[in-house]
Formats: sequence, structure tokens, C-alpha cells
Amino acid sequence: MKDMNEGYLTADGRQIGGVVMELKDITLRFGGLTAIEKISFDIRDGEIRAIIGPNGAGKSSMLNVISGFYVPSDGEVWFKGVRRGPMKPYEIARLGIARTFQNIALFDGMSVLDNIMTGRLTHMKKGLIAQAGWWFTGAAREEYENREKVERIIDFLEIQNIRKTPVGRLPYGLKKRVELARALAAEPKILLLDEPMAGMNVEEKEDMCRFVLDLNDEFGTTIVLIEHDMGVVMDLSDRVVVMDYGKKIGDGAPDEVRNNQAVVDAYLGVAHD
Amino acid sequence: MFYREAGDFKSSYQEDSQTFPIKFDRLRYYGVLIVAFGIVPLFINDYWASAVAVPFLIYAIAAIGLNILVGYAGLVSLGTGGFMAVGAYSVYKLMTAFPDISIFVHVILAGVVTAAVGVLFGLPSLRIKGFYLAVATLAAQFFLVWLFNKVPWFYNYSASGQITAPERTVFSVFVTGAQTSATAKYMFCLVILTLVALVARNLTRGTVGRKWMAIRDMDIAAEIIGVNPLTTKLSAFAVSSFFIGIAGALFFSVYLGAAEVGEAFGIQKSFLILFMVIIGGLGSIFGSFAGAAFLVLLPVFLKNVLVGALGWPTDLAAHIELMIVGGLIVVFLIAEPHGLAQLWRVAKEKLRLWPFPY
Repeated sequence: MKDMNEGYLTADGRQIGGVVMELKDITLRFGGLTAIEKISFDIRDGEIRAIIGPNGAGKSSMLNVISGFYVPSDGEVWFKGVRRGPMKPYEIARLGIARTFQNIALFDGMSVLDNIMTGRLTHMKKGLIAQAGWWFTGAAREEYENREKVERIIDFLEIQNIRKTPVGRLPYGLKKRVELARALAAEPKILLLDEPMAGMNVEEKEDMCRFVLDLNDEFGTTIVLIEHDMGVVMDLSDRVVVMDYGKKIGDGAPDEVRNNQAVVDAYLGVAHD
Repeated sequence: MFYREAGDFKSSYQEDSQTFPIKFDRLRYYGVLIVAFGIVPLFINDYWASAVAVPFLIYAIAAIGLNILVGYAGLVSLGTGGFMAVGAYSVYKLMTAFPDISIFVHVILAGVVTAAVGVLFGLPSLRIKGFYLAVATLAAQFFLVWLFNKVPWFYNYSASGQITAPERTVFSVFVTGAQTSATAKYMFCLVILTLVALVARNLTRGTVGRKWMAIRDMDIAAEIIGVNPLTTKLSAFAVSSFFIGIAGALFFSVYLGAAEVGEAFGIQKSFLILFMVIIGGLGSIFGSFAGAAFLVLLPVFLKNVLVGALGWPTDLAAHIELMIVGGLIVVFLIAEPHGLAQLWRVAKEKLRLWPFPY
């Protein structure tokens, strides 16, 4: 099913579209250390794609390559049929790639609402002079239009009651949710989630899973996620890439991956004789 | 008791995002405006204008400017005095070169010139942060003061090396020069301060302000979200210097009348305004007003108490005054590191429930 360019049908009957992003022979070196070695895979429109692997396998580095934060030493990244050269992170944001971080990277001094509104920055065009005029230049109108979109996301993630709270005062689980809201506010083509469930209890994980599935369903967002909780990964994702020591050792539907000998070896260890 | 949110429902995003969402706050704000524009000008005399009102208004403009840079964008600057000097000398050159154009236009243009200079000295901020940036802006301070001292073109080759503001009028009322009335000085500065405060508020509540704060709180995340650090930092320097330049122009033309750069715009000015911003509250427009009021009023108040009420000799009082102001600043920063604005916020939260704490 990997070779079908028109997409495929998932187990639960959703239609997955064509390739949005294709990574070809990506290699990433830091000095003498090779973090990623010749990895290729693709991300298709509307799917939930997971990257898994043991600690130090290079998952986060891979995500940073996708988000453009790292420029690969070798290999090509194709996004929407165009080869992506080295770009500044803020230019990548304008292409429609948003992400959350493993250790939350919110703006602590700002309210929840302001944090989520920063996600709309790439959609707000009014410049400095127009902002100064506010009531007369349409800056106010632009603000309220974007506020409406942000409110829809606030509703969706059920964080209405903390709208005006400074982010610094929130507990961990809610911060994670606000960060997801901020990434979502950008209306990204691809949403990258770096360990969205890390450090959460079962209920918070269940909530988060529901949000991930719902937003994929409702907004049709393509999601790439890294996660350690195997139960979550197998339940959520449509296709899984497995990495170990910077190499790809498996790629496919959760069931295929689960029965792949190389993957089992990497996770459970193998007797060397 | 005083602050009730209950029953004050908002039915549009416009209502929800106004500056003073609580009705009592809004009424008080209009009250302050009415007093400032309608009542104070009727009673103000030369002493109150030159000792309290005019310096407060001008320092408030400078403090708003510096607060945008330090409080909102998180870029420390010690070059405020130098940038005020740029504003002062630009308005002087403009006033003498184009005597027919309104002083109002000159003051704004002086701000624009200062903004350009500010952007130039803001370039190092793209590479360095924190203390190192502070030192880089300190270089701006010393360089600018030196420049205005050494190049006679800036002070029109006057023998004393001073610049003296020519007489100018707005609506045929003198606002600069010896014939200016206290009311005219006060009103001119008040109008400009009001405009500055409105613009600052508009900038900080919208996209631009959010970009500044994002860079301040976490620059890497900001960049990944789509904030261009180059333009954002430079825009903070530009806007901040614009306001500081306006403050410098007013300080020279309306308040001092004649100025010598090292004396009027030395390093002490930079520190004074930085103190105002820190004591008032970083990242708060109200804090800029509060900090300016605190540092302008406190010495006047102490002087009146020590010399006027207690009858101490003037020189002793002057020294004691410095020590008390310094001591109070230290006490203040220990007791409330987030400044007067935070104190005000806490007071309001308490008043919201008063007299029943639950």
C-alpha cells in the first residue's frame, strides 16, 4: 500500500490523500556523530504518522529536520511537490508547519489567549503603522476576526475557563493543551507533536488522544507525532516509522510494525551469540 | 465592593478586549482624563509646572518608550540619555533650519530621527542579549554625548556649546521660549503624552506587542511560530527610540529651554529612566506612569517635608533626600520586584472582594 500515490483507506475507513512531504535519504551529522542515517519516508495528506524508537534513536532530530530547525547534512526534503532548501524557522512557519515541544515552550509572561493568538501571527498581515492606528486602520477588525478563530480552538480544546490566566500559573497538563492550541491556531498543513503525552496521567492521556483524533477528523490536519507510550501510538496512528540508532528499521501500519522482527529485537533486545 | 465583574457581561470580542474591561475602571480613566485636560490647566502655576507636572509628563513618555524595549521586548538598554539627546538635537536643528513649520511636526520628526539612530544601535541585539547588550547600548550613550559635544554643527557653532530653544507657537500660543506660560507647557506635553500612550497601548495589545513578548519569553519558540527575530527586535528599538526621542525633544525645547548635552542627557538620565521602568513595572504602560510619578514626586515631596515642614538646612536635606530615595528604591525592589503596577494589580484583586474576603 506504500506505493499507491493516490492514497489509501485506513483501518477505520478514512481516505488518506497523496504525499504532502517526502523525505529522501536524510542524513544528519553533528561533527563525528551521525544522528540520522539515510532515512526515507513520506507523509500523506490527512494521516496520523508516528515516529517511534528507543531513547537516542534520533526521533527528535528527525522532527527537527521536518520542522526545518535542523538542515540535513545530506538528502532532500520535498514539501507539496517542491524541494525545500535551507530556510529560517520563521519562513517554515509560513509554509504551514507547526509544532509542539517535548518540554513545553510557551510564553510564560502572556495569558493563555495571547499565547494562542501568537499562533495566528502568520495569518495577520497588518504592519506596525496600521497597529498604531488600531481603530482606523482595520487592525482592530483583523484582531477580532482572528480572535474568533482562536475562540473556536479554545472551545475545541475545552480551555475556556483559563483564557485570561497567565500561562506561568497553569499546571503541566493544561500547559500541554495550550501549546497544542497555539500550534493549531496556525491552521498548519502538518502538525508536529513531540511527545504530546509525556508526563501525563491516564485521564490526561485519554483527553489528549481524543483531541488528536478529533482534530485530525474535524480539521483534516496531517499529524506527525513522537510518542513513547506504545498503546497510544498503536491506537492513534495510521502508519508508523520505527527508528533505532539513527536508522529506519520498520515502516508501515501499526500491525505490520508490531510483527516486524527487527522492531521486536530493537525494543526487547536480542541475544548476541 | 469597588470592582465587580459580576453582571458585567461582554457580548462581543471588541468589548472583551478593551483596555479597561471593568466599568468602574473605565469611569475612573475618563475621570483622570477630564481632570488632566479640564481642571489641572486652570490651577497650574509656574512652580507646579516646572517642579512636578511637566517633568512627570516628559519622563512618562520616555518611560513608556524604554518600557517597550526593556519590559515588552526584553532588550536591556542603558542608552536612553543618548537617545534623548538625539531627539533634543534633532528638534533643535529642525527648529532653526525650518522656522516656519509647526513645532509639533518637528517634535514628531525628531522622534523619527531618533528611531533611525535607535535601529542602528539596536543592530548588536541580533547577536547579543542581557548584560552584553546593556554594555553595547552604554557605548551608544557615551558615543552620542561625545558626538554632540565635539561636532559644532549640531549646536550651530554657538560659543557656549549650548543649544537654546527658539520661541515657537502652537495656535499662536507660545510653547517654547521665555514667554511660555505654565499652562501652555503643561498642555503641549499632555497632548503628546496622551497620543504616545494610546499608540503604545495599541501596539502592545496587538500582533506587534505579542511578537515582542514572544521574543522576550522564549525566542526559539517564537521563531518557530513565525516571528522574524530581526524585524521584531529592530521594530522594538525603533518604536522605543521614537518615543524616547520625542521625550528628549520636549525635555530640551519645552522644559529646559537651553541645554548642554553632558549635563542634561548624561548617563544619569539613562539610569533614572531605567529605574522608573523597573519601579513602575516592566511590561506595563500604567507602570511607566507610576514609575515616572514616583521618581518625580518623591524628591519634591521629601524636599517639602524636610525643608518646608522640619526646617532643615537645604544642603543637608538635599543629601538626606538622595539617601532616602536610594534606600526606598532598594526596599521597593525587595518587597515587590514586579513594581508598582503589580502592587496596583494586587490591590485591585483585593478590592474586588472587599469587604468580604470569600
